[in-house]
Parts: sequence; structure tokens; C-alpha cells
Amino acid sequence: MTRELEEVFRREAGRCTATLIRVLGDIDLAEDAVAEAFTIAAERWPETGIPPNPGGWITTTARNRAFDRLRRESRRGERHLAAHRLHTDSMDPLHNPQLDRLDDFVDVVVDDQLRLMFLCAHPALAADAQVPLILRLLAGLETGEIARSFLVPEATMAQRIVRAKRKLHDNHASYRIPSAAELPDRLAAVLAAIYLVYTEGHTATSGQSLTRTDLSSEAIRLGRTLVELMPDEPEAIGLLALMLLSESRRLARSDPDGTMVRLADQDRSRWNQALIIEGHQLVRACLRRHQPGPFQVQAAIAAVHADAPTAEATDWSQITALYDQLYSLRPHPVVALNRSVAVAELHGPAKGLAALAAIDAGTLDTYQPYHAARADLLARAGRRDEALGAYDRAIELTTNAVERAFLVRQRSAL
Amino acid sequence: MPQYLISVWHDDTFEVDFSTPDTQRLAAQVDEFNTDLQRAGAWVFAAGLHPASSATVVRSSGGEVSMTDGPYAETKEQMGGFWIIEAADLDAALEWAGKAAAACEGPVEVRPAQG
Repeated sequence: MTRELEEVFRREAGRCTATLIRVLGDIDLAEDAVAEAFTIAAERWPETGIPPNPGGWITTTARNRAFDRLRRESRRGERHLAAHRLHTDSMDPLHNPQLDRLDDFVDVVVDDQLRLMFLCAHPALAADAQVPLILRLLAGLETGEIARSFLVPEATMAQRIVRAKRKLHDNHASYRIPSAAELPDRLAAVLAAIYLVYTEGHTATSGQSLTRTDLSSEAIRLGRTLVELMPDEPEAIGLLALMLLSESRRLARSDPDGTMVRLADQDRSRWNQALIIEGHQLVRACLRRHQPGPFQVQAAIAAVHADAPTAEATDWSQITALYDQLYSLRPHPVVALNRSVAVAELHGPAKGLAALAAIDAGTLDTYQPYHAARADLLARAGRRDEALGAYDRAIELTTNAVERAFLVRQRSAL
Repeated sequence: MPQYLISVWHDDTFEVDFSTPDTQRLAAQVDEFNTDLQRAGAWVFAAGLHPASSATVVRSSGGEVSMTDGPYAETKEQMGGFWIIEAADLDAALEWAGKAAAACEGPVEVRPAQG
């Protein structure tokens, strides 16, 4: 039962919280109510069995408990409460009998999750608060778990989350889906935040293990939800495809002893074919819409890699062309860096180094992958001394133990 | 309706010379923004401020009032002016702030008023 309950929690906590925030107009009240409902479930469900619609049960129970509490407290200070409510579309639980009907409730659940995504990824919040807020409210992670994921003390993370919630609250942030005019920017922020959750899980920015599956799978879960909620947004589909295709290589990215394995050296039989097939389908689906965006192009690049039965068979000319397209959409030095690596594969290390030299190195000087890529190209071009120096700089910059071990090994192989 | 402070921040050493075309352009843009705020019913109050070197800091301690030459915060960037606006929510306030930043061609800060 504990495991089943945990599964229901993982699946439903975010959805229930999203709806309760709208109904109660307050993030903290909603979180408390959902937590209380799960406590009641943990007591009752072992006897009654899991109800047919566990999410509905949790939402209704949480709502009832919260209403009871609100009614009690409203006698003491209704005005005080009203003044502290998050700005919602005037859903007053005390005076809206319609909300007592479960069906009306469940109908809007879908929109609520979207509202919550836009709220958590509000551009007025710092990125280091957006991601924890998403993990906390939408993925139902405990503050302690989030703190461990980001390797900060729990008190620091708790403070960050409290501060973000308070900022939304004090600023009268609305719980709504952005209008068509605002949507492109706001959606980009949501996509970026979900991708941050994924990359944080994919390569832990610091720590001993290269991947943290929990964060990656939460990000994929959120990506799936977003595609369900916004099926006509090709960038949302692109993001999901990108995450699935990256995830398909997870097992092959490290040896049994935890050593990092480069894409070129990976055992491709260990790639997850089911994820690759799903990723490919999604890439095709979004490309058909002819509204290219950065996530779609990155997913297409990942799909070209996935297509190659061996590293040598990789279609580098297509990858280079896709990087050109990506750079025109997002002229960022990191994109130029990846493009240089593709150029090196296509035309040799000298051409790759020339492309690297054309990037403004100042912006990448503290970026570990820049020095690692440069070291590799220098080594392949036979410029050993310069390669050693570039490896030294990369090793100095990495904070991930597995990545460090890989770089040290590459360096000593020179 | 919630109220927000939109403040304009700039390098305080910069001297405002109203005869330059740049300043006149800014003044015209800000005037237009003010008119927009008033038409939309979002306007509460606004003012441009004299340089921070004109400020005086006043303290009260145990019934004793003392004063020193200001500004209070000795930072290079100082508040050069502000608006108090009314907006339905944060997003509406931020939209006004975007227009304010464009009008005065510099960064603005948005803060909600209590209450």
C-alpha cells in the first residue's frame, strides 16, 4: 500500500495542488490541504482500498478540509483572509456552492496545472527559485529532497521557496493562463524551467553521480503534461522529444563503474529503443507544423544522432546544418561551440578549431565544455601542449566528480 | 485595486539638461506614457526627482531629531523618479513597467504597495 500510495502521490499531488490553489487562492493553504488529504488517505486506504478516482478523492478531501478550516477562521477575520488571497478568477469557496460538485471541479483540473506552470515559471522570479517551485508544487517533492538535488542546505532551499511564494503573493500575481500576446514569452520561460529540471537531473552540476534519474523523470513527466495541456505548441512537443531522446542514452552514458562515456564511444545497443521511437515520432509531429523553434531543432539533432547505428555513420552534414539553423534562432556562444564540434567531425579538427576561434572566447572562458571540446580538437590536430593546457582549464572548472575523472583520463592519454 | 511603485534608476552623476534633443525626446516619451496611464485610470501619482545630492537624511532618536546631508544610500545608482500606479495584478503592473522603461530608456523597478 505504501508504494501504491506513493505512486498516487507522485501522479496526483501536483494536479491536486494546482486545483486547490485556484479554489483557495493561496499556495500555502493548498499545499497544507493536499498534505492533510494524503495523511487521511494513508490512514483510510489500507482498509477501504484505493478509490477509483484517487486524484478526485484527494482533491475533494483536501477541499473539504480546507473549507472547514477557512469557515472556522473566517469567523475570526474574513477580511484579513480576503486581503491575503492570491488573485484568482473570483472563485470564492465560501460563497460558491457550485464548487461543491466534484464534476465541475475535475473539468478544470487540466487548466489548473497549466496555470500553476505559468505561475512557477513567472519571469519575475529568479531561475533558481522557479525550478524548486516547480519541483515542490507540480512534482510534489519535499523541500529536503529538492535541497539535496541542488546540494544546498535545506534551510537555504526552504527560504528560497518561501521567498518566491511570498513574492507572488505580495505582488498580487494572477493565477491564470497568459493571453495570446504574452504567451510566446511566458511559454518559453516554462519550457526553459522544465528543461533546467531535466538537465539538472541529466548531468548533476555537482556531486558524485553523473545522472539523477529522479529529476530527469520528473522533468519528462512535466513535459508530457505540458504536451497534453498544449497539444498545439510545437516547442512543447520539441522539448519532450529532446528530453526523451537524451534520456534514451542514459544507460550508455556511464560504465557500470560510473565512468562517463562520450557519445562517440557509447554502446548503442544500450540505447533505449522505445524512447527513441517515441522521440522520433514527436520530432516528425512537430516539424510538420513548420514553426521551428530552439527545442525542436535540438530534438532534431538528437534524432539524427539516434538514427546512426554507429558513431562513424552519423550524418554530420545534417547536424551541422541543424546547428546553423539553431544559431539563427538563438545566436548563443554555446550553440556556436556545439556547431564547431560538428564542423570538426565533418571537415576535420583544423576546421573545427577555426570555427571555435571565431567565437568570442570571453563569454565561454568559465564554461567547462568549451575547454573540454577545445582540448579534444587540439589533441586530434596534434597540438599536444595546447591540448594539455585546455584540459587543465576544463578540469579546473568542472564540479562533477565523474566528469572530472573523464577529463583527467583524457589528459593522461595524451 | 493593488498599487505598485515603479521607480526609475540611473547613474546619479548624470546632469539633466533640458535643452538637449535627447532629454527633450525622453520628456516627450514620458509625457505620452503619463497620458496613457491617466487615460487607462492607472495613474495615481508620479514625479521626477532632483539629483540625490539634493537629499537630506533625517533621523529621530529618543525625541531628538537630527539631520545629515544625503542621500541615505551612498550608491552610484539612485532613484531618479517614480510612478505610483494601480493595476489589476502583477502582470498588468509589469506591462506598464515595460512601457515606463521604454519611455525613460532605462531600467525601472516594480514593487507592490502593502495593503
